[in-house]
Amino acid sequence: MDLSTLTYIVVGATFLLYIGIAIWARAGSTGEFYVAGKGVHPVANGMATAADWMSAASFISMAGLIAFNGYGASVFLMGWTGGYVLLALLLAPYLRKFGKFTVPEFIGERFYSQTARLVAVICLILASVTYVIGQMKGIGVAFSRFLETSYEQGLFIGMGIVFVYAVLGGMKGITYTQIAQYVVLIFAYTIPAIFISMNLTGNPIPQLGLIGSMADGSGMDMMAKLDQVVTDLGFGQYSEQVMGSKLNMFVYTLSLMIGTAGLPHVIIRFFTVPKVKDARSSAGWALVFIAILYTTAPAVGSMARLNLMNTIQTGEVGSPTGNMLISEAPAWFNNWEKTGLLAHEDKNGDGRIQYYNDKNPEMAKKAEAWGWKGNEMTKVDNDIMVLANPEIAGLPNWVIAIVVAGGLAAALSTAAGLLLAIASAVSHDVIKGMINPGITEKSELLASRLSMVGAIGLAGYFGLHPPGFAAGTVAIAFGLAASSIFPVLMMGIFNKKMNRSGAIWGMIAGISVTMLYVFQEKGIFFIPDTAQILQWEGYTKSWFLGISVNAFGAVGALINFIVAIVVSKMTAEPPEHIQHLVEDIRVPKGAGAATGH
Amino acid sequence: MDTRAAQYWKANIRLVATLLVIWFVVSYGFGIILAEPLNAIRIGGVGLGFWFAQQGSIYVFIALIFFYAARMNALDREFDVHED
Repeated sequence: MDLSTLTYIVVGATFLLYIGIAIWARAGSTGEFYVAGKGVHPVANGMATAADWMSAASFISMAGLIAFNGYGASVFLMGWTGGYVLLALLLAPYLRKFGKFTVPEFIGERFYSQTARLVAVICLILASVTYVIGQMKGIGVAFSRFLETSYEQGLFIGMGIVFVYAVLGGMKGITYTQIAQYVVLIFAYTIPAIFISMNLTGNPIPQLGLIGSMADGSGMDMMAKLDQVVTDLGFGQYSEQVMGSKLNMFVYTLSLMIGTAGLPHVIIRFFTVPKVKDARSSAGWALVFIAILYTTAPAVGSMARLNLMNTIQTGEVGSPTGNMLISEAPAWFNNWEKTGLLAHEDKNGDGRIQYYNDKNPEMAKKAEAWGWKGNEMTKVDNDIMVLANPEIAGLPNWVIAIVVAGGLAAALSTAAGLLLAIASAVSHDVIKGMINPGITEKSELLASRLSMVGAIGLAGYFGLHPPGFAAGTVAIAFGLAASSIFPVLMMGIFNKKMNRSGAIWGMIAGISVTMLYVFQEKGIFFIPDTAQILQWEGYTKSWFLGISVNAFGAVGALINFIVAIVVSKMTAEPPEHIQHLVEDIRVPKGAGAATGH
Repeated sequence: MDTRAAQYWKANIRLVATLLVIWFVVSYGFGIILAEPLNAIRIGGVGLGFWFAQQGSIYVFIALIFFYAARMNALDREFDVHED
């Protein structure tokens, strides 16, 4: 059976499964719509959180980033897992004890202020919508590639499907569909990894293949081999190349970790477990399920890079017959060239492809002597590595079809979870909490669904004109969450004296500074050509200590903490009953069962 | 009762602080700051610093959360603040 038919069948079958579950579990009351009646077992909740968490950035982008950035890409691996430690130790059990529906609701009550709640809602929406834009981009690319339509059409189909199960199903639908999606995506990720690790190193466990030796009889370590292959062609040494600088890597990792613990769609998950002690272990289970993918990714990245280099550099570097003949290019090479994400140009007209780093002066000199006229792989998009990997390794078509289904599952589940967080902020916090407290449950549910539709439309619009690559957009979303939500939540629990003014000004200062730094490079609200308004003479990218925009959230968070503490020292202490409330959050005893059960 | 609650909170903070020190050391310490010197030690085919950055830190994170959950549940009982 040919690949596209098989892809239709596999993707179609998984979608029927998700939609079937969503209909079967259709939400009844408002409480169920938001947090699944707080009756989800910690292991099940952990699995759903993992699916919610691992987006197109984790599934499609990350291994490609690792393949081309080597050690430098460790920031994603540590950053997107280490945040769970912060969540489990600093936030989850206390927020569960507090027992409310949404993150802004906690902030509003803890800081006895509707203004604080509103500021939190705005921060939450800014971070979540930015995140959804990244997902929409991923969904659009994946659909268009495999349904062989334009990117725009792919995006519209994706929006339609997100609408069906997020809007009609609600959280309960999402919790169970997300468990199904986790199973699909983890199989899709690990099966090709096992095959490839087996081929290259003879070890079926990718985590061991990564540190193992080659099965080609040379007995050389896989990593040493990869380092040699890439440095011979003038690229940075895989196992040591850094991203920006060590300082940038440090701050980048911190920003992703704090962002993880500040993203509302992840936090909201810990409201759904039955007890405080379940909130503690649930974060651990989530991380176990996430780690299965995250510890496999370094193997996928390094092995994909090695396979790619070996496909093109077939023989000795510098020998006239050492490079792949264009006429003998494998099928995957030609297939991906059709998407425009992979491109070559035979600059020296020898009918072969030379893939090397022509920006490296030493390498360029050597290459000239060999008659090479510049790097001929004019485009190798990082994002194709995971999807192309099974083809490069020559795996059967059914494996490729499953990978496609997995990528879509990752992107759709995250988009749906984020939409839910946005919807509950608008309908529950703004409409019910501030504008019309007497709203009926039915109207609240309607408002929530309408705000999802609005968010899908907005994200779709930006998805048509995205501010950058999916992974970059996602990293910015983390920065926004890191600089606004996490610090106030933490201070709300650990600093009894933190007051209303401190929290409000902390959030505003943190997110404003971060947004300014981002907009200065990317344009105001990502509108192109508006960036120079914020730039000064001699502006250079990453001007602040060489910290990139994607990594800046940690600096914003620091500013948030400092401003909040200074302001709170200068203003009145929080009232007595709030200090008692904080004391009460700190002990598990007396945690309510389900609100709205 | 108030002093009991204060003791419980102090024990909690002590536990969290200890675990966060480990969290910092395995990722920022071993994985980034000390990666180069640690790479002299090999674990299979890769340096120890590289391994902590791409594998080891993640395993330690999982262990930290489960250890925390178990210790806190025990503390809840010890100070009689657990849920029914």
